[in-house]
This record gives sequence, C-alpha cells and structure tokens, in this order.
Amino acid sequence: MMPAVSAADIAPTPYAWEIRATGLKVRVGRKRMAVDGLDLSLGTGVHGVLGPNGAGKTTLIRALATVLRPAEGTLELLGESVGGMGEHRALRRRIGYLPQEFGYYKRFTVREFVEYMAWLKEVPKADIPGAVQRAVERVGLADRADERMKALSGGMVRRVGIAQAIVNDPAVLLLDEPTAGLDPAQRLRFRELLQELGADTCVVVSTHLVEDVAAACTDVVLFAEGRLVFQGTPDELAAAGGPEHVGDSPLERGYSALLLTPDRTGGSW
Amino acid sequence: MKADRKAGRGVEHASVRVIDDYARGSGTGLAADQVWALEAHLEACRVCRDRLSAAVTTHAPAVATLVGTVWSGLEPRLAATAPVSRRRHRSVRLSSWLTPTMVPWLAMVVSVTLLALLLDLVGNGFGFGSSGSGGVSLVLLFAPVLPVLGVAASWSQGLDPAYELTASVPRAGLHLVLRRTASVLALVVPALLVAGWATGVPGVTAAQWLLPCLAFTSTTLALGGVVGVTRAAVAVVAVWAAVVVTPTLAANRATFALQTGGLPVWGLVLTLGVGVVIARRGAYSVLGAHR
Repeated sequence: MMPAVSAADIAPTPYAWEIRATGLKVRVGRKRMAVDGLDLSLGTGVHGVLGPNGAGKTTLIRALATVLRPAEGTLELLGESVGGMGEHRALRRRIGYLPQEFGYYKRFTVREFVEYMAWLKEVPKADIPGAVQRAVERVGLADRADERMKALSGGMVRRVGIAQAIVNDPAVLLLDEPTAGLDPAQRLRFRELLQELGADTCVVVSTHLVEDVAAACTDVVLFAEGRLVFQGTPDELAAAGGPEHVGDSPLERGYSALLLTPDRTGGSW
Repeated sequence: MKADRKAGRGVEHASVRVIDDYARGSGTGLAADQVWALEAHLEACRVCRDRLSAAVTTHAPAVATLVGTVWSGLEPRLAATAPVSRRRHRSVRLSSWLTPTMVPWLAMVVSVTLLALLLDLVGNGFGFGSSGSGGVSLVLLFAPVLPVLGVAASWSQGLDPAYELTASVPRAGLHLVLRRTASVLALVVPALLVAGWATGVPGVTAAQWLLPCLAFTSTTLALGGVVGVTRAAVAVVAVWAAVVVTPTLAANRATFALQTGGLPVWGLVLTLGVGVVIARRGAYSVLGAHR
C-alpha cells in the first residue's frame, strides 16, 4: 500500500532551485580546475549534461553529490549551502547518486545490495524492505532480485545502480553515464523511467549521447572545459545548428555549432 | 509509521458512526473531506481497518460477497507464483559492521597473529627471537600494526569496489569510520590477547602492546583524513618498521618504545590521534580519504 501523504510531502519548499551554483570551481588533483567558474540553476525536471570527454562532467556530478568540495564559489543543494568540512547528513539523505564507475559486491544478491545501500542512506529500518522492493521493481529486476550480482549482465548491473540511487526517494538524483552498457530496448525503458522520475525530482544525467538528451530531457546543459556553454530546451539546442554544421540530426548539428566554434579548436577529436 | 505509533497510544480514531457510513457507501451523508480524512487515517491505522472490515460484513453484505468473489478468483493464481528462495538472506546487520572485502584481510591479520605466536613458542625452544627475559616476543612486535592493516582495508579505494558510493551516503564520515574500526579491533584485539597470554612473556603487560596498537590505529585514521587511509597505513607501518622492529631485531631486546617507560608517549599519541579525528570528521565523507 502506498503511504499516506505526510506533512513533509506537502510542505512548501524553502528554496527556488534544487541546485544552484554561482562561480563554482572544483579542483581535481593539485592544480587543474575541472569545473571552472560555473553558474547554474536547476529545478525539477530531467537535465542532460552534455559535453566532450574531459569537459568536467564527472567532476561536476561528484561536486553535486557532495563527495568533492568546491574550491571556490557557492553551491546550494535543496537550499543548503555545500562546502567546508560538514558531513551534510540530512542533505545526503535526499540525494541519489550513481557514479560512473559503479562498484558493487559480487557476492551480494541484488536485494541484499540495495538493502545495504538503503541502510547506508539511513532509510528508516521499518521502511527498508518496501523501499527496496519498489526500487527493484521500478528498474524491472523484480524477477532477478534474489540472484547474485556476479550472475548479472552489464546492463542489469547498471539497473541495480539506478535502483540503489532511487531507493531513498531522492529529491536530487545524479546519474553519471547511466546508459553506458544498456541495449537499445533497455535505453528506451530507461528514458521512460527518467521522465517518470523527472515529474517531481531534479534529475541530472551526464551523458555523451545526444539522442538520450533528445528523448528524455526537459533541459540541456552544454558543458565544455569546466564552463557552461549553453542551457536551454532540446529544441533550442537544435535551433542553434544550421545545415552547414556537422552532425546527423538537428541536435548534433546544434551541439557542434556551439562546441566547435573557431576559438575552441583543441584538437580534431 | 508515525501514525501507527500514534494509534498504539490511542490518540484518536475514527468514530464508529463514520466507519459504518463509509462501509455503507455513497449517499450516506459523509462529506468529501470526511471521506478523505478517513481514508488517510485508515492507511495508517490498523485498528480502524479492522473495524471497517467488521462494519462491511454487517452493513454491506453486497461488498463482502464481491470481495469474497475476487479473493476466491485470485487464490489459485497466488498459490501458483514461485515461492521466495529459501536461501538464508544475508542481513544488513553484518555488512553494516564489515564490508565483504574486509573479510580476507581480517583472516590474514588473524593468521599473522597465529604465525607470530607459533614462532614465539618454537623460538622459546631454539633461541630464535627468544622471548625470555630481555628478548622480545614477535606477538608484541607485530601487535601494534596489525589492526592498522584492517582499518586500511576497510577504507581502501583499491580493495572496496563501492568506495565512491560509500563516500556519498549520509552514513559516511566519522560514524562509519568508527564503526568499521571498532569491528576490526573487536576481532583483532581478542586474537592478540589470547596470543599474548599464550606466549606468557614475563614482565610484559597487555598495556605494553595494546596502547601502541590503539595509538597507531588512531594515527592512521587521523593521517588518513589528510592523505587517504591507505597511504596513511603504509606510512605508519613503515615508521613502525624503522623505529621499532629493526632496532629490536638488531639488538634482540625490546627498544625503549616497547618498554613500560614508553607508555606515556603512546598515550599522548593516542589522545592526539583521537583529537585530530574528531576535529576533522568531515574529511571522511569526501573522496580524498579513500585514496
């Protein structure tokens, strides 16, 4: 049975944007700023973060997941300022995160792993079994829930990763390259899931597949060399490109129009 | 869940009249807001659900028969679904203390203890690393650094595949660090105690190795917040080898560090380590501590 509507569910939000960054800089290694002066405001919906390899997408997602601290600038998640040495426990309970390299314990079954993650995310003990079952069903793994992780295919492992990210019903969901390793049918199903989640959650999906963005995202964030290049709807991105730009689809032409301008010739790849 | 607890304390339930009207169905004068409030209450309150089911059987036999029909139609299909696998479900309780990757490391730590114990016992007879008066036992020599290995294993990026996920959860940070460290110590310290008791070196008290052991563990964690726990463990083991093990083996007698005179120093190191860990507790919830 679905839980009754609680006071927390209908309380007004005390913030305008789920994610708000101003002048955000995040350092990687000693010197390099992988995110270099980013201004970004993201609300409810599915936001696709697009950009070439090495643009700083993963670093940005890690900073949003609060596992990297900003070097400069401010970052506010759900109205709470992130930074300093705080642990951000209350904030992290409302974040779901799927890292690019999703590591898991091979000997665990799907259910055990998602349960373990739910425990780590401080889901109330009595709610864990129900929350785990819902998450596993949502990614279509209910029939494989009691199989060990090592027996799963790459696409299924990815789906377990998505299940653990949504097990705590997050308000901010961060997915780093979630479609890698999914076959076309699974990608379609995944896009549907994204649209479902985006109705009441701020979903940030980093990807390098332009077609994922076209199909599932309400908003595109184009990102290069640590800076914001473009933010708008997929249609606006498509409109930026003309027939003279490289690409097979309007979105790809828009992408190359914005990224491959003459002052950005950092190599042909 | 909150509502359940409230119901348990008997705070407020729907009146019998309202439940009866609800069971009879529409056209009984229940306002829409009353229906809404009642349904919200029913979702959370077991007592009122029981009352409702009783009310349905007495006041609305038509509904009761309908439910009965649906139930009898469903029953054969429910019986046909595959039963849940009987395999013992690994409970969260164990993995909340130990990550699965720690188990082989702890096994190694315990076997090193046993090996040191064996060598000590054999050495008594052959004069190798002799643990007689003036000599030094291998257990005593290795005890302080063994838990450090376990602590490193529980936070290592190379050994824990889910390190990035673990770093991002609310439970990450000091809480989880202490939990895993405590479980390492809970396994290693008894093994060392037994070994220490079995070798029975005269004039060596448990404090002589327990205090350095705790001091090294806290130093590893304190340093780990800055350079990563794995690197910190390597550094601490190297320092231990250079300052204590080498001079001891060379001279075949306990260095100052292991004698009773060294105890206040170890106490100071322990206090410092614990202080730094508490002051920098936020450092364990970012990726840096996992290097």
